[in-house]
Amino acid sequence: MNKELIQSCGDELYQAMVEGKAIGPLTERHPTMSIEDAYQISLRMLERRLAAGEHIIGKKIGVTSKAVQDMLNVHQPDFGYLTNTMAFNQGEEMPISQMLMQPRAEGEIAFILKKDLMGPGVTNADVLAATDCVMPCFEVVDSRIEDWKIKIQDTVADNASCGLFILGDQAVSPTKVDLATCGMVVEKNGSVISTGAGAAALGSPVNCVAWLANTLGHFGIPLKAGEVILSGSLVPLVPVKAGDHMSLSIGGMGNASVRFV
Amino acid sequence: MENTNKLTKAQIDELATYCEDAELKQQEITKVTDKYPDMTYRDAFDVQWEVRRRKVARGHKVVGMKMGLTSWAKMAQMGVEQPCYGYLADYFSVPEGGEIKMDELIHPKIEAEIAFVTKAPLKGPGIHIGDVLRATDFIIPAVEVIDSRYKDFKFDLKSVIADNSSSSRFITGGRMALLEDVDIKNLGVVMEINGEIVATGAGAAVLGHPAASVAMLANMMGERGEEIPAGTFIMTGGITAAVTVNRGDSINIRYQDLGSITAKFI
Repeated sequence: MNKELIQSCGDELYQAMVEGKAIGPLTERHPTMSIEDAYQISLRMLERRLAAGEHIIGKKIGVTSKAVQDMLNVHQPDFGYLTNTMAFNQGEEMPISQMLMQPRAEGEIAFILKKDLMGPGVTNADVLAATDCVMPCFEVVDSRIEDWKIKIQDTVADNASCGLFILGDQAVSPTKVDLATCGMVVEKNGSVISTGAGAAALGSPVNCVAWLANTLGHFGIPLKAGEVILSGSLVPLVPVKAGDHMSLSIGGMGNASVRFV
Repeated sequence: MENTNKLTKAQIDELATYCEDAELKQQEITKVTDKYPDMTYRDAFDVQWEVRRRKVARGHKVVGMKMGLTSWAKMAQMGVEQPCYGYLADYFSVPEGGEIKMDELIHPKIEAEIAFVTKAPLKGPGIHIGDVLRATDFIIPAVEVIDSRYKDFKFDLKSVIADNSSSSRFITGGRMALLEDVDIKNLGVVMEINGEIVATGAGAAVLGHPAASVAMLANMMGERGEEIPAGTFIMTGGITAAVTVNRGDSINIRYQDLGSITAKFI
């Protein structure tokens, strides 16, 4: 795809987000779009957000479960950028009816970095050494593409379907918890709806962060000290609406809860 | 569940032979409710207890109990409000790192579970989680090999109960732990077959809390006037979905902070 087309696709997604009006799949109109093109489109969308005053506070990794990879017929994750307008804190209501179109919640482990990580060559040991703490987290993904009819290129172009996120109320050192076997229990409106464990994300959330550091390394982009990295869902996505309440707990790590309005 | 019989003793004995033969000869059978559509839960449990009595009479020992259908999703799917239980006979036990012979089974599946070992008797009705926690000696990781004798795993709850809730083999291993040292609701498990992760889950998948499963067992057995004696080994139900295994498969199930269990199907 040429520069103009990439720019117009990025603008279209940005506009869809601002206006809250989903668009048809980009891949239907541009069937030759590569994943590389899609990342360029996502950078244009990001550029528009930064121009509007947002700033980057971290990154997210998506498409980390085998089920989602099979659904999209890919064998690698994807990534997007987190900005300050996406972050919420415990106790705050999350205004999804105002800010998102077709929200779905997923439970994750967030990494907070204390050192930069620059690929290639980043190992799991490097990730752990650079991690200040890990926290329970809800990510509420959204798609600017109608009815979530996404191919991998559509979600990559759309900032990895990033929506909003809320971090839990505890942070623990990665030396205190086994990130591959730690269990997660997700409750929605008082019922347990799913359980999982760290290994559901590419075998370990640490693998996911290492993958991201190495992938971004090819573009000369580091994961920076202080950034929050969402490492990928450990449970199936679930649609949410205003009025819903969700909570999750992670063995050895703590809890996160969120009220949607 | 209703506590009356619709079947005669002769019919219960007939079904006990039908179900146990299927287990011992690895023969697939059709549902017992196909033959006796009017049979009650009481009848179904009577069949299970009759087979159990016969095994003990032949010199086998009952070494524990198991709970089945302990996920809300499975219960809703079967249109029931209670899980079911079965007993574990001595020859069901497979050592950690051991081999499970496919020739002795029909179409086995594995489930990752947490087992409780009690130190005080529990007798329902009215047993709650607090009673269970107080009566628990320790917990230990367990893997259950279920093997419904029904063709294609197609059954209803009464048929499962008559078939000893699909019990066939089990393995314990890893590290035992005191309840106060583990967060059992959030305890994570990761199931691998031949090195590939096939399922993950956490303790709450079992009725919201695995101790709730032990309480239900005590209350269900209490309906028959039976108690769970001190020192009973109880498998509380699948934390993961049941996953099909094949000859040659190696399994490795990892438990958060409690080690792992391995076995091989030959």
